[in-house]
Amino acid sequence: MTAFFQTLGMTYEWAWFVSTICGILLIALPLMVSVAMIIYADRKIWAAMALRRGPNVVGPWGLLQSFADGLKVFLQETIVPSAANKGIFLIAPVVTFTIALMAWAVIPFNSGAILADINVGLLYVLAISSLGVYGTIMAGWASNSKYPFFSAMRASAQMISYEVSIGFILICVVLWAGTFNLNDIVKAQDGHVLGLFNGFGFNPLLFPMAVMFLISGMAETQRAPFDLTEAESELVAGYQTEYSSMAFAAYWLGEYANVLLMCALNATLFWGGWLPPLDIPVLYLVPGIVWFLLKVLFFFFVFSWVKATVPRYRYDQLMRLGWKVFLPTSLLFVVLVSGYLMATGHFA
Amino acid sequence: MTAAQLIKSFTLWEFVKAHWLTLKYFFKPKATINYPFEKNPLSPRFRGEHALRRYPNGEERCIACKLCEAICPAQAITIEAAPREDGSRRTTRYDIDMTKCIYCGFCQEACPVDAIVEGPNFEYATETREELLYDKAKLLANGDKWERAIAANLEADAPYR
Repeated sequence: MTAFFQTLGMTYEWAWFVSTICGILLIALPLMVSVAMIIYADRKIWAAMALRRGPNVVGPWGLLQSFADGLKVFLQETIVPSAANKGIFLIAPVVTFTIALMAWAVIPFNSGAILADINVGLLYVLAISSLGVYGTIMAGWASNSKYPFFSAMRASAQMISYEVSIGFILICVVLWAGTFNLNDIVKAQDGHVLGLFNGFGFNPLLFPMAVMFLISGMAETQRAPFDLTEAESELVAGYQTEYSSMAFAAYWLGEYANVLLMCALNATLFWGGWLPPLDIPVLYLVPGIVWFLLKVLFFFFVFSWVKATVPRYRYDQLMRLGWKVFLPTSLLFVVLVSGYLMATGHFA
Repeated sequence: MTAAQLIKSFTLWEFVKAHWLTLKYFFKPKATINYPFEKNPLSPRFRGEHALRRYPNGEERCIACKLCEAICPAQAITIEAAPREDGSRRTTRYDIDMTKCIYCGFCQEACPVDAIVEGPNFEYATETREELLYDKAKLLANGDKWERAIAANLEADAPYR
């Protein structure tokens, strides 16, 4: 895109600047709309599994429900509790929302269609998702109210616990792909299993990692069954109890943007990103971005499916799963994967 | 833990089973009705919004005996009565506070002339509280509006009374 703007007579610096802005808008704006639609999809899927109809009145099949909700929230009054730390209280939702969008910079949508093709993309994703907890902690602290505070403590403990095992899971992927660049990780999955399947997830040694990454992703994004931070029976609404109006909407959108990001990471790291699932020439006729979006939607369906099926974990169960099951298992698989790669001369 | 249990827990067997079940439910027909567009059938005994009925010649049925006012457990009914110009005893005031009413149907049971009835209408939500303080004109208008449905319901229920 930079080259295109250069043909319009701009210097390289200006062309780079304009093309980057365009790239950001190209990702962020469709993302906002898709977040609104994905909230609708989530409600519909959840409703269908409970034999309900879900939203079906606003617009055809209720498609405009999220926009109606957004408008309603937008028209509400912003209430800042008098005891709250106002600056942090108002910055917290902005932080959450911004960080939810930032990680999309390194997600490859198609071969080379990536905003920032940096060679440590995976580290960047890890860093950004760790930063994500700050929005929650700031909200919980600044609200100066006990339920948001409990919720923020839970959120930080939960996210740190699961990031540890996510780190080890990603090491397996990186060992096999030999790169931190997400675009190259997808390329490394081309014909990965028997030259037929595109994706590390089809590899029997990495399939358990793919499942664990999916589950850890749910914990990381605080989705059901790990939505302890919003356990309404115990914590009212968790860290966003004191929020109203657009600040509330920013949390809502940020949460779902994070969920979509996790779906995109699942698709990219384990299931071949923009590659078709089978390495058959006919399937390459479908554009890569379609495969990528289909995979993201599939994983979002899985996220909703799990939400509709599994009851919420207790806090000690969550910690047990994170530290006593996922951490040792992922460590074991780091040893297994690196041992296998060493034995087969992958590093030679 | 036996080997079978270990295999079950590591293959997430119970989760797979649960997800298979919910996936089957995902494709089942919906149990909820599409409310404002579809409605459930109502029993002829359904106790909804109140109405004061008239005789076919247009004369109001209520004779101001105040039995409904006396039996009302929520004390939602207020009646004042006086002789009309032709000498017949009629209500000058017949108010029901719909915010107090508990929809027990005692007024309907007590009425000797089937004047006060609870009709089949349940969609009368209002934007203000005052609109729910029904007076005689409102109740008579309800009676005129719902007479056909009310008469059919009373007839359907008559053999059981």
